[in-house]
Amino acid sequence: MQKVIETSGICKKFGTTTALDNISFSVNESEVFGFIGPDGAGKTTLMRVITTLLLPDSGEIEVLGKNCRTGYKELRKEIGYMPGRFSLYQDLSVEENLEFYATVFGTTVKENYHLISDIYSHIEPFRKRLAGQLSGGMKQKLALSCALIHKPKLLVLDEPTTGVDAVSRSEFWDMLGKLRKNNITILVSTPYMDEAMRCDRVALIQNGKILAINTPQSIKNDFSSKLFSIKSREKYKLILALRSFSETNTSYPFGENVHVTFKDNILPPSLKGYLTDYGVDDAVISESEAGIEDRFLELMQT
Amino acid sequence: MRTIIYLIRKEFIQIFRNKFISKAIFAVPIVQMLILVPAITFELKNANVVIIDKDLTPESRGLISKLAGSTFFRISGTTFSVKEAENMMLHNKCGIILHIPVEFGKNIGSGKPARLQASIDAINSSSAQLSWAYINGIIRDYNTEISIENINTTQISSFPMIDITNRYWYNEELNYKFYMLPGILVILVTAIGFLLAGLNMVREKEIGTIEQINVTPVRKHQFIIGKMVPFLIIGLIDLGIGLLIGWLAFSIPFEGSILLMFLGATIFLIAVLGLALFISTFSGSQQQYMFVAFFCMIIFILMSGIFTPYESMPQWAQDFNMINPVAYLMRINRMVMLKGSSISDISAELISLSVIAVSFTSLAVRRYRKTA
Ligand SMILES: Nc1ncnc2c1ncn2[C@@H]1O[C@H](COP(=O)(O)OP(=O)(O)O)[C@@H](O)[C@H]1O
Ligand SMILES: [Mg+2]
Repeated sequence: MQKVIETSGICKKFGTTTALDNISFSVNESEVFGFIGPDGAGKTTLMRVITTLLLPDSGEIEVLGKNCRTGYKELRKEIGYMPGRFSLYQDLSVEENLEFYATVFGTTVKENYHLISDIYSHIEPFRKRLAGQLSGGMKQKLALSCALIHKPKLLVLDEPTTGVDAVSRSEFWDMLGKLRKNNITILVSTPYMDEAMRCDRVALIQNGKILAINTPQSIKNDFSSKLFSIKSREKYKLILALRSFSETNTSYPFGENVHVTFKDNILPPSLKGYLTDYGVDDAVISESEAGIEDRFLELMQT
Repeated sequence: MRTIIYLIRKEFIQIFRNKFISKAIFAVPIVQMLILVPAITFELKNANVVIIDKDLTPESRGLISKLAGSTFFRISGTTFSVKEAENMMLHNKCGIILHIPVEFGKNIGSGKPARLQASIDAINSSSAQLSWAYINGIIRDYNTEISIENINTTQISSFPMIDITNRYWYNEELNYKFYMLPGILVILVTAIGFLLAGLNMVREKEIGTIEQINVTPVRKHQFIIGKMVPFLIIGLIDLGIGLLIGWLAFSIPFEGSILLMFLGATIFLIAVLGLALFISTFSGSQQQYMFVAFFCMIIFILMSGIFTPYESMPQWAQDFNMINPVAYLMRINRMVMLKGSSISDISAELISLSVIAVSFTSLAVRRYRKTA
């Protein structure tokens, strides 16, 4: 299979901060590839390097078979980029924005309408409205339409779902799923671990380094210990209790629950009594399947 | 080409959709012309003169009545004491002291050089200059009359008069408005060119749209041209409005070719827009841009010779004005409007301005990089 992105040893520094530290990975054709990592991990910087907006200090990068330093002119015709910040013209209407991006890429809205029809149809009723007056979800659909209108081979989406409501987020991922059927490779970043499951493969990024690259399922499977989920109305007290318990290996709050691993990888019989003594008497303990986030936290520890 | 046209179209849509900018484009030239022209224009009327006439001859009285008869001067007092006259000037009772020494009449009559002394309050230098010019004019006229009388009576063939060299060509009545108006048009065009385009560019940076443009195949020169042309057109429209107001409200004479003036303004605007876009590539925010642009603008305008004639500036200032586009347009406008200069008269200015325009614009294109 042809590689759409191939990088080796990319480094990028801003003054003294190392934003990217020896990044190597490759992305296959028609893949939905996710960058998962917290704020400041380096996701945006990496995407800016891939989209030819930023030159790396060192390392090699080839996108769609073209070198980023020498082939950037052709490359820009084949990449669709949606920056993290909404960056369409807020004082142009929906329609005008779309036409503008079609024109600067030397194409027309009509020619590639089939690519965006699914997405654009949602906002088409508002095509005369100024982009600045759209809701978050509609802005995001417009931005995606504009990034797609020139039929790019690679679509780069920087945190497309940040600041968007849960329903729109789910819809958005459904749309991405359909796009890959058009032979479009999609690179997407997100700080939400649950969205990782919707990618074909993900790279976990932290402090400019890639901690792991794999399918989301394999990443979860790589979690090395038995994981327990404990629930109590007194969540804060529960965490304090678990942290002070001698058998605890790790404990992290996880939604309503607390995810815990223990030193001998078994549920210590003395736990229940310890928690009751601590004043947490309603704890419900169950064995749980590890999520991406658990694996992420585990990787960060080592 | 299609891309450039589309970029320009987009820019115009945005400009006219912005309620403030779209109105300001038309309001600024009107307000500037109607307020600035009368405000910084100084017209001398009824300046107070104190006379120290120590001569008391028909000749001296003739000069005084000539002075009193002009609309520019008013005789506010006569005295024999220099001290008293100076006191009056100190207390703002008069702006000019004309000292006519003994022998004035006698010298004129005998054809010897006659001496006069005029002291002018120079707190306001431009009004002082003007007073000086008018006094000179009146004395010159008076002197001619005397010589003519002499010719008639004593048939002397050589003129016993002082030759006053500074005649005011092209603006004979020394109408300060006519002198300032071309300059104010220059300020108008400078402000439009400097502020609008640069701010627009920085705003694209601030709101991040430039990042989206940078990943498109739009070329650097296309983008820069797309930014320059709309504001070039607006600048020329404003110049037209300004001229129209000058003609309607101040009935300014227009000696030369309007087309030539617009040619000068076009080259000038390209230079200024190039510089503005160049500065914008350094600026991260609109405030930063405003600060730098204002600084440049004020220096350019003050150095341009709007108040001080180019020739009376120190050498270093004249050297600086070699790269000051505002100085060139200041000269071009005045020469074309007041003097009716033709293209060959101002070719040196046009060529220099073109060189500046090309340099600034290439700097902007080079500095504006699509890759960090
Ligand atoms: N233009 C820049 N100048 C200086 N530091 C930067 C710049 N861009 C990013 N950084 C720094 O690089 C690191 C990675 O940032 P970024 O790539 O934006 O992370 P993410 O997108 O994952 O939140 C952060 O520490 C950030 O402060
Ligand atoms: Mg980011």
